[in-house]
Amino acid sequence: MATTTQAAPARVAARPAPGRRRRWLVDVAWKYPVAILLVFYAAFPLAYVLSAAVASSGTLTGSTELFRSVSTANVTALGETQFWRWMANTLIIAGSTAVGSVLMGAAAAYAFSRFRFTGRRGGLTALLIIQMFPQMLAFISIFLLLLALGNVVPVLGLNSKLALICVYLGGALGTNTFLMYGFFNTIPREIDEAAKIDGATHAQTYWTIIVRLVTPILAVVALLSFVGPFGDFILARIILTSERNWTLAVGMYAWVSDQLNANWGLFAAGAVIASLPILALFLFLQKYIVGGLTAGSVKG
Amino acid sequence: MPTDEPLASSPSSAGTPGPARRRPGESHARAWHGTGWGFVVKLVIMAAINAVGLAIVWSAYVEGSWGILAGTLALTVAANWVYFSKRSLPSKYLFPGLAFLLIFQLFTMAYTFNVAMTNYGTGHNSTQEQAVDALLIQNERAVEGAETYPLTVLQRDGEIGFALLADGQVLVGDAETALAAEPQATVDGDSVTAVPGWDVVDRATLLGDQSLQQQVLDLRVPVSDDSDDGSIRTREGTRGTVYQSTLDWDPQADTLTDTETGVVYVARDDGRFVADDGSALPVGWQVYVGFDNFVRGFTDTNYAGPFWRITAWTFAFAILTVATSFLMGLWMAVVFNDARIRGRKVMRMLFILPYAFPAFLSALLWRGMLNANPDYGIINNLFFFGARIEWLSDPWLAKLAIILVNLWLSFPYWFLVCTGALQSLPNDVLEAARIDGASRWRTWTTITPPLLLISTAPLIIAAFAFNFNNFTIIYMLTEGRPRFTDTSAVLGHTDILITMIYQISGVAGGRADYGLASALSIIVFLVVGVISAFAFRRTRKLEEIL
Repeated sequence: MATTTQAAPARVAARPAPGRRRRWLVDVAWKYPVAILLVFYAAFPLAYVLSAAVASSGTLTGSTELFRSVSTANVTALGETQFWRWMANTLIIAGSTAVGSVLMGAAAAYAFSRFRFTGRRGGLTALLIIQMFPQMLAFISIFLLLLALGNVVPVLGLNSKLALICVYLGGALGTNTFLMYGFFNTIPREIDEAAKIDGATHAQTYWTIIVRLVTPILAVVALLSFVGPFGDFILARIILTSERNWTLAVGMYAWVSDQLNANWGLFAAGAVIASLPILALFLFLQKYIVGGLTAGSVKG
Repeated sequence: MPTDEPLASSPSSAGTPGPARRRPGESHARAWHGTGWGFVVKLVIMAAINAVGLAIVWSAYVEGSWGILAGTLALTVAANWVYFSKRSLPSKYLFPGLAFLLIFQLFTMAYTFNVAMTNYGTGHNSTQEQAVDALLIQNERAVEGAETYPLTVLQRDGEIGFALLADGQVLVGDAETALAAEPQATVDGDSVTAVPGWDVVDRATLLGDQSLQQQVLDLRVPVSDDSDDGSIRTREGTRGTVYQSTLDWDPQADTLTDTETGVVYVARDDGRFVADDGSALPVGWQVYVGFDNFVRGFTDTNYAGPFWRITAWTFAFAILTVATSFLMGLWMAVVFNDARIRGRKVMRMLFILPYAFPAFLSALLWRGMLNANPDYGIINNLFFFGARIEWLSDPWLAKLAIILVNLWLSFPYWFLVCTGALQSLPNDVLEAARIDGASRWRTWTTITPPLLLISTAPLIIAAFAFNFNNFTIIYMLTEGRPRFTDTSAVLGHTDILITMIYQISGVAGGRADYGLASALSIIVFLVVGVISAFAFRRTRKLEEIL
């Protein structure tokens, strides 16, 4: 897909004059073998896990031949485990968190961007400071809080997916408001004012005009708020105590953490299936993500 | 939050578009014009929120959880004020996010400080009163030579009680009410057949219900209102025996006396009952210990040594990880940000594959690939000719493995970031340098890096703070192993502070020490805070944000 657009300048640079040709060799040619090496480094483990997923044996063997055997045994075997339930749990938890984070973050960013109220500057500064303290570090008091809440409202106690979603939503404002705030500021206020003159209510202006204009940043925040809970281990491990409620991170860790009973065949098949949606989203939203990343979010 | 924004008080129409029919100054939230569907929806949502709020308040009242009661009440009142007041347009947008932020981030952060000041943990998780009760129950023994009585199990609304046949009289009681005579009960031989207000549980039902059996075994029915008289317990559900605690509680002197040995246990400030010979009873209670936990982190023989080594490794890990992956990403961005290379977009897509693969899966996958046994670990098999290299069980190799795996995980991120930053470098500056006769090398060394660092420095600091607490990669790859051999604490050479806190806290099982773990959390909070303050000063310079 990309080669066609890049080909034209490359050809111009590559063809004429012998001096230029030598220059091309020195400047550009060596980059292709380097690229191949780097692609190997980046993609080898993934090709390997794909190969192990479709292999007929249940271990991560040290075979030198990738894709020596192809079978669906590992994938079928997933049906006999809780894998699909964990997958559903993870999608529910990460999906709800993503939707909630986008709704709350966008509303807050809109308020900070459009209204001038007392405490606005202080609020922004406070959020900036709060976002620097990882919520994860307070996991003990989150655990104790849910322990106490569970006595009063069992549905918000330990071993509740809703409780875990609420905990993740607690970090929604801190991590996303700034990302969105900057983007909201780029939407001219004249648009709001025109809508108001035309008789739109606040709610109408917000939902039908503003939200549509900021869709790209909403997509990025949704993706990042989805990926976070998708890969979170520590809070999910503490809060979701029964195996039926586990997420993929907790469940698949349990599969391979035991040296003697490690089930690598299942893990490989599960890893490939679990990563497909995120892999697709990342490659699809690549160009938006670069903008989103440079605006301040990190993955290790 | 009052607003001076003209939008908020201006008379615009509510509900459906049309001429403004609302009295000027009245909130559109309370207005009803045309169909007003928006208002109906809001009313329904607010009714639901109030219903849930009141339900929580009620059950918190029943449970006696005053903190939760107050918090829920405050939030419910605030929600009503925000959404039915005309003065708070911005807070209508901010409220939901702020509510979650307050409960699950600000409160938990503050609560962490509170817990760090206590000895909360296994053996110290309740009040002194509850600890005394627990100790009295734990030390209950059947009274020597005491008579046993025929016993019948009773049930009422999910509660159970005992009916006892003593001297031809039926005595009935349950966990809360002491035994009392019940003259209207009917008796057949040795068993009680009917008690007014109770259902008699027959033997077959009792034997067939595991959880009921456990309840019966746990039930203690006080003999009288004086707790020193002991209580009736049963071992099999048909005979009741008087049990008495071997400990004697003296509330005035604050002591527990062992009636068998005569040892006196005195309540101490640190939340334990301790005898003169230094022995302590196993159940203590929660007390404030001030900064003891902070001191203990540095002085306790089990933790002090590991603590410093783990701190050093945490810094080394965060710095090395960020440095290696940033430099590699930058180098790649520079090399491949070249218009003469074909297929750059395909290359970019392949380069960022590790970034798009969920991190916890990557770490687990590498854990399998780095298996020391070349029959299982493909790295040893393929790249080290089948040698047995102990990647994950040698202290130094495990550290190296963590850095290399994290490099694999994060170089694509820096490649993306640096490519973006390079492409947005101001062209005129580079052009001016060229016109001034600067060589390409000179441009690369003196002009590009400073420009690049302006946009990437905050990200580098953020990445450092992130990796400082990168629980997933460490726990999934090594779980902190290999273990330290010179301490009994479950800590190892590759543990970083956050995994150390996780191990000590015991939230995932094992012995819990919430106080010490919270104190360590706060130390990490402070470190992250200092780093963040640095980042914050940098971010302040980008004034357009605020």
